Amino acid sequence: MEKIMNHPETIVNDMIDAMVLAHPNSLRRIDNQMIIARKEQPKGKVCIISGGGSGHEPAHGGYVGKGMLDAAVLGEVFTSPTVEQIYTAIKELDNGAGVCLIVKNYTGDRLNFDMATELATAEGIKVEQVIVNDDVSLDDDEDTSGRRGIAGVIFVHKIAGAKAEQGASLQEVKEIAQKAVQSVRSIGFATSSCRIPAATEPNFTLEENEMELGIGIHGERGITRQKMGSAKSIAQQLVKAILDDMLLEKEAEIALMINGMGATTKMELYLLYKEVSELLTDRDINICQSFVGEYMTSLEMGGASVTILKLDEELKALLNATSEAASFIVR
Amino acid sequence: MIWKEVDIVSWMDKTNEKIQANKSELTILDRNIGDGDHGINMSRGFQKIVDQLQETNYSSVSAVLKDVAMLMIRHIGGASGPLYGTAFLRLSLATENIQTIDTTTLAKGFHAATAGIKQRGKAKSGEKTLIDVWSPVTKYMNDTEEINPTKLVQVAELAMENTEDMLAKKGRAAYLKERSIGHIDPGAMSSYLLFQSLAEVLEGGSTT
Repeated sequence: MEKIMNHPETIVNDMIDAMVLAHPNSLRRIDNQMIIARKEQPKGKVCIISGGGSGHEPAHGGYVGKGMLDAAVLGEVFTSPTVEQIYTAIKELDNGAGVCLIVKNYTGDRLNFDMATELATAEGIKVEQVIVNDDVSLDDDEDTSGRRGIAGVIFVHKIAGAKAEQGASLQEVKEIAQKAVQSVRSIGFATSSCRIPAATEPNFTLEENEMELGIGIHGERGITRQKMGSAKSIAQQLVKAILDDMLLEKEAEIALMINGMGATTKMELYLLYKEVSELLTDRDINICQSFVGEYMTSLEMGGASVTILKLDEELKALLNATSEAASFIVR
Repeated sequence: MIWKEVDIVSWMDKTNEKIQANKSELTILDRNIGDGDHGINMSRGFQKIVDQLQETNYSSVSAVLKDVAMLMIRHIGGASGPLYGTAFLRLSLATENIQTIDTTTLAKGFHAATAGIKQRGKAKSGEKTLIDVWSPVTKYMNDTEEINPTKLVQVAELAMENTEDMLAKKGRAAYLKERSIGHIDPGAMSSYLLFQSLAEVLEGGSTT
């Protein structure tokens, strides 16, 4: 598939300008940095900063806004932002109340966010990191890189952002964000691969009747390759993988997200939603909030992910709190 | 040989040439078991490094190495930027305030650099990462009486090839579990290119 661009080397830079241009009332770019920040920065509030590689749009810039992120730091396509970019964001945004970094568990992101945290801490800025690792297709093993962070991070952004907006302390924001991390699980699958703008070939190829189960958000291969199934059988497999890993008693309340990877139609996403929600309802699980759409994409990859966030009263209220982020508006 | 600022610049120039020449090979390796951007990131980063080194006058080997480290962290990005950057920062520290930097001093520096990569990446040998090249090369450098450039390349090449049969435990390749076996680690290859270039500088001997 051809890409709309002027030059592959400037695609992220151009996109940042474009997002700010499209949302002039809510977003600003910090100097010429790879940072999208809230237009109006309230004083005395804990700052929530997230980020990662580009190619996941609307993540992460689309989640910047009142009630969600204060800034998103963007790296090249599928590449972590650099230490300097993250450090600059922390320094620019902090107003004394401290900074909470929401980081997905990838080696590159972890290393760069860690080094930036060390630098900022050495300068006397209060910085805390919350690591998101919601992908149940991988083992939660300390001897390996562990689980990836995928679409579940959106819920963590929302909950941490809403808490900070209420005027909570850095410690309180960190604690609620960690509670969200512990309460969220995801799994994804791919029906087709994607190509990085600066590359000439897709990251992998799938035959017409194949799918990859347990994918991340970088066009990487999944855990296993299998024959493409019906919406019902895919839903069964995904729901089982999540519920095997997460205790959901009867009458448990959840938020459910069906996230498109980039090339999958909304019709298919809704179909998958129906199958997944029926399986959950059959188990007497209450779906309080539903999200169907593209939240955390992998360029033009085909496929979807399912995310379940287990709710309690506090998480429910924070998820329902108002948000002005362009891609997650709650009124 | 006695290492001067210009030798480090030459080392980086040679590495850059090899990275640019192998850009697509590195990207293909990363596409197999990662996210397919290693060649793109390394070529972008190293081009910035050699451009900057060309424009600057340095007063010590340590200063060049430090600048290389900062440029790596700034321009390579991903996991490779901080990992290579940490290695070069340690090399810079190991050569700081030393008047005559012979190859033994440098070998000790590589020892500290490898320890730095392990610490930063929370990884050890045998996990299919760049450590699997840095570790054996460093061991050779420190164990041998006199470093033989040909032998150095052989050690690095064999170490790179050995990553093919390894099961990845760290980095993005770890997500593939058993499917990571059968592919050379892209970070091992870029490290091999770095040591191949180092050997070429050694081969050429001291500049006068």
